[in-house]
Amino acid sequence: MILANADVRKVARLARLGMTETEIESAREQLSGIFDLIAEMQAVDTNGITPMSHAQDVTQRLREDVVTETDQRELFQSLAPQHKGSPQVEAGLYLVPQVIE
Amino acid sequence: MPQKTNVRAPEWEIVIGLEVHTQLSTNTKIFSGASTTYGSEPNTQADAVSIALPGVLPVLNKGAVERAIKFGLAVGAHIAPRSVFARKNYFYPDLPKGYQISQFDLPVVGQGALTIMVEPLSGNAKPYEKVVRITRAHLEEDAGKSVHGESRGVTGVDLNRAGTPLLEIVSEPDMRSAAEAVSYAKTLHSLVRWIGICDGNMQEGSFRCDVNVSVRRPGGPLGTRREIKNLNSFKFMQQAIDYEVQWQIGTIEDGGKIHQATVLFDADKGTTHAMRSKEEAQDYRYFPDPDLLPLEISEEWKERVRATLPELPEAKRNRYVKDLGLSPYDAGILTASREAANFFEAALHEIPDSAKLCANWLTGEVSAQLNRESLEMQQSPVTPQQLAGMLKRIADGTISNAGAKEVFRIMWAEGGDADSIIEAKGLKQVSDSGAIEALVDEIIAANADKVAEYRGGKDKLFGFFVGLAMKASKGKANPAQLNDVLKKKLAG
Amino acid sequence: MLNSSLQQLGNALRAGKISSVELTQLYLGRIAELNPALNAYITLNPETSLDQARRADALLADGKAQPLTGIPVAQKDIFCAKGWRTTCGSKMLENFIAPYDAHVISRFNDAGAVNLGKTNMDEFAMGSSNETSHFGTVKNPWDRNAVPGGSSGGAACAVAARLCAAATGTDTGGSIRQPAALCGISGIKPTYGTVSRYGMIAFASSLDQAGPMARSAEDLALLLNVMTGFDERDSTSLQRDKEDYARDLDKPLAGLRIGLPGEFFAEGLAQDVAGCVNAAIDEYKKLGATIVDISLPNSRLAVPVYYVLAPAEASSNLSRYDGVRYGYRAPEYGDLTEMYENSRAQGFGAEVKRRIMIGTYVLSHGYYDAYYLQAQKIRRLIAQDFDDAFKLCDVIMGPTSPSTAFNLGEKGDDPVQMYLSDIYTIAVNLAGLPGMSIPAGFGSNGRPVGLQIIGNYFAEAQMLNVAHQYQLATDHHDRAPQNIGL
Repeated sequence: MILANADVRKVARLARLGMTETEIESAREQLSGIFDLIAEMQAVDTNGITPMSHAQDVTQRLREDVVTETDQRELFQSLAPQHKGSPQVEAGLYLVPQVIE
Repeated sequence: MPQKTNVRAPEWEIVIGLEVHTQLSTNTKIFSGASTTYGSEPNTQADAVSIALPGVLPVLNKGAVERAIKFGLAVGAHIAPRSVFARKNYFYPDLPKGYQISQFDLPVVGQGALTIMVEPLSGNAKPYEKVVRITRAHLEEDAGKSVHGESRGVTGVDLNRAGTPLLEIVSEPDMRSAAEAVSYAKTLHSLVRWIGICDGNMQEGSFRCDVNVSVRRPGGPLGTRREIKNLNSFKFMQQAIDYEVQWQIGTIEDGGKIHQATVLFDADKGTTHAMRSKEEAQDYRYFPDPDLLPLEISEEWKERVRATLPELPEAKRNRYVKDLGLSPYDAGILTASREAANFFEAALHEIPDSAKLCANWLTGEVSAQLNRESLEMQQSPVTPQQLAGMLKRIADGTISNAGAKEVFRIMWAEGGDADSIIEAKGLKQVSDSGAIEALVDEIIAANADKVAEYRGGKDKLFGFFVGLAMKASKGKANPAQLNDVLKKKLAG
Repeated sequence: MLNSSLQQLGNALRAGKISSVELTQLYLGRIAELNPALNAYITLNPETSLDQARRADALLADGKAQPLTGIPVAQKDIFCAKGWRTTCGSKMLENFIAPYDAHVISRFNDAGAVNLGKTNMDEFAMGSSNETSHFGTVKNPWDRNAVPGGSSGGAACAVAARLCAAATGTDTGGSIRQPAALCGISGIKPTYGTVSRYGMIAFASSLDQAGPMARSAEDLALLLNVMTGFDERDSTSLQRDKEDYARDLDKPLAGLRIGLPGEFFAEGLAQDVAGCVNAAIDEYKKLGATIVDISLPNSRLAVPVYYVLAPAEASSNLSRYDGVRYGYRAPEYGDLTEMYENSRAQGFGAEVKRRIMIGTYVLSHGYYDAYYLQAQKIRRLIAQDFDDAFKLCDVIMGPTSPSTAFNLGEKGDDPVQMYLSDIYTIAVNLAGLPGMSIPAGFGSNGRPVGLQIIGNYFAEAQMLNVAHQYQLATDHHDRAPQNIGL
């Protein structure tokens, strides 16, 4: 199938994958090949077939509304990424570049 | 662009639909056992699932589902025997998984309806009833919160709220004015508190309204709508809608077009403005969440939940009107909250034959006093039993209405039961016919000229005599009896 | 010791002939010597492993041992193990110290086993050769110019090279079975829902399943006994009565009906592989089985269907890797969007990015019906094929992989070529059925050949029986690679 660079760029943006123009071109070629592989299944007549999400025909189990988790902030925030040498947490908050509404 | 104020634009029809996000009052999050208590230190209630660590998985909270069922039953909606959770994919710092678990094709609650009493916001129009259709209500998880960090250029993320269960209630675009939208929102707010699924605390974000607004020529096709997001007060909702409507009408009349947009309300300026538009429209790529299985709700479960529902506001209102003879307006006020209805019914329990008297006092004096002190009914220092005690003494003639107001004032400020206060302050009204007749005789004797004028046709002077009699009796004359005696004796 | 079965090792430990510490030290020594060349392990914590071994020895001394107490097991680096670096083969998690235990890890801990180390794998389980790992390729111990298979390449290599007593793997499209075949060992992917996925870093949620890798079906049975069971933290975990997967190992095979799908013996299958598989079938006939020709007509669509569904789920599952709360964050960025884009561009390898893009595309507006929904419908057709087949036979057999292990770098440029190496395994994941691979000889270049056995839902005990009887009659599974210091 024919993919355009614009398609690849759009998908890369949706998926937040930064790509140079060279990378986009190379991705376009490879993805086109993969889509050729996928194309085979599109022609199949699946009228009246129910989609299959799960192997077993089971339904969702429910959890009692009881607190089971304790405060593990210190442990979890020890995993916080660093930026310019310091961990990106402050006053218990995770830090990201400012989001302007 | 000129802003028109107080414009009545009869050549335009306003079309409004609401999407209300209600935080369900569960102990834990919708997909994990972390606590949902409001106001905790940042990220102390953000468990592994809430912060989307690698490898964690969602498990559905039964309490969230029960509350959804309760809501569906309360609005007479279809409860889906089988519903599916779907992922809504987008990137944002307060959305740890990079997707929100919501429901798309198959929501838990289907079509229902809410009957509202529309309170016009201005003018002298009477309140009127309207049925607003509910399209659907679905379960989903709340996102975390972004807060501005200490340093500039940096935003802080608190994931305590991430995963709190939400029921998103979507209405049909049935509303035609800000008044209708606000009434719908208020009724919905009251209902979710009534059935105990949401605490309705708008300051804390428990009840958030998104309003879709468009305008069209009557009979014409639907206009493009803009969505005003995250309104958390009824006052702001009204202001926002009014401004947005003016803006849309003004734009079109000036030759412009309305583009679909997400809009924010600036409370300080009283204006709406579109959020910065992104280069591409959001593509959420909904698909069924493979970590969750279809939710099945059996008939038995539905009926078990139905049995836990209290008498709903509408049914109560109807009963108050039909069985107790209250006006629909008063019935409406008394059923605005479960607390108000409970208060009324508790008082009524003591004086079952005086429903109207009780209603009048609650919707009148009691409400006024509560409003003055910004209190809710359940915070009233006067209990239903105390109130009932006083109402009994009005009903049996022991005190007049004026006397009762005094009793009530003392009861509110200092406490105590009606009988003690009446005794202590000597508030019993005089209903002794002999004493009243003597009083009236004296007044007639002392004011012969006025009596002659009255008998000559000056009916207005009646009030003059009432005033004199009240003064002479130090306000204690039974007003009804006094009226009768005065009328009789003045007639000659 | 190094060629003992888990049962024999367990006996020796319980009899006091060897201690867990000694056994663990034995493996750690071999790893120190051979891992630099083979690269089967990403992370070792010798002191932690030995601590666990000491605790196991205490249990053994108290007579409180369970079948796997004291046994050193290698864990695929896809399972979060508390306090252990858990990378999933990716730069994105290069420094991620897991703060909790996966359910599978807990089960092994509770059974008294020793965590020997975290094995290498294709990045985020996406690959069939262990060449996409950020931590370098794994070498096939039978021929170090060859790939071990993937994504559980490190685990397969470690088992074959006797760098552990047993290992865990995960299988989404064949990632236990294919490396087991290419490395001449046994591996089983049980029925979907049998092993909890909690703590197992997600690739494609509706297809992922963990399973054991070891040198015999007997061993696999003991390992399955530990790994399986209901976990309330995984909504897709099934609640079933506990089973002993070893219970039917000794049943004779007389009357067993083996289905051979024509589609698995067609064009694309290497001759030497076909030869070994046919010889294995002949062996089964000798054991009393009858052969039934069956057809899985929609299995030809399995690969395209898989390459729609798996990337779709993966694209969503991997969105959480955004550099905000843990994992890799790019050193340079301007605004939030740049932070996301740079972190993910740098943190993920090429194959992962490719699959994220495919997945994003097939879910995107306007394409969902034509791709995702269509693939799910065909998935049902594929499952129905198996359903129909199992009316005619008890188990299905065929080659696990179309060829023996290919050379490192051979399939580098063309992703599609790599994808086609899963042609026989993928349909099993789509249907959620159990599948296993056992050694069936060696190909023309001396590289191992695997026989795939596919069972009906929850038929693992029967499959293990079928495998075990073959392993009693043959010795392919006993062979060891050369130059591994035995």
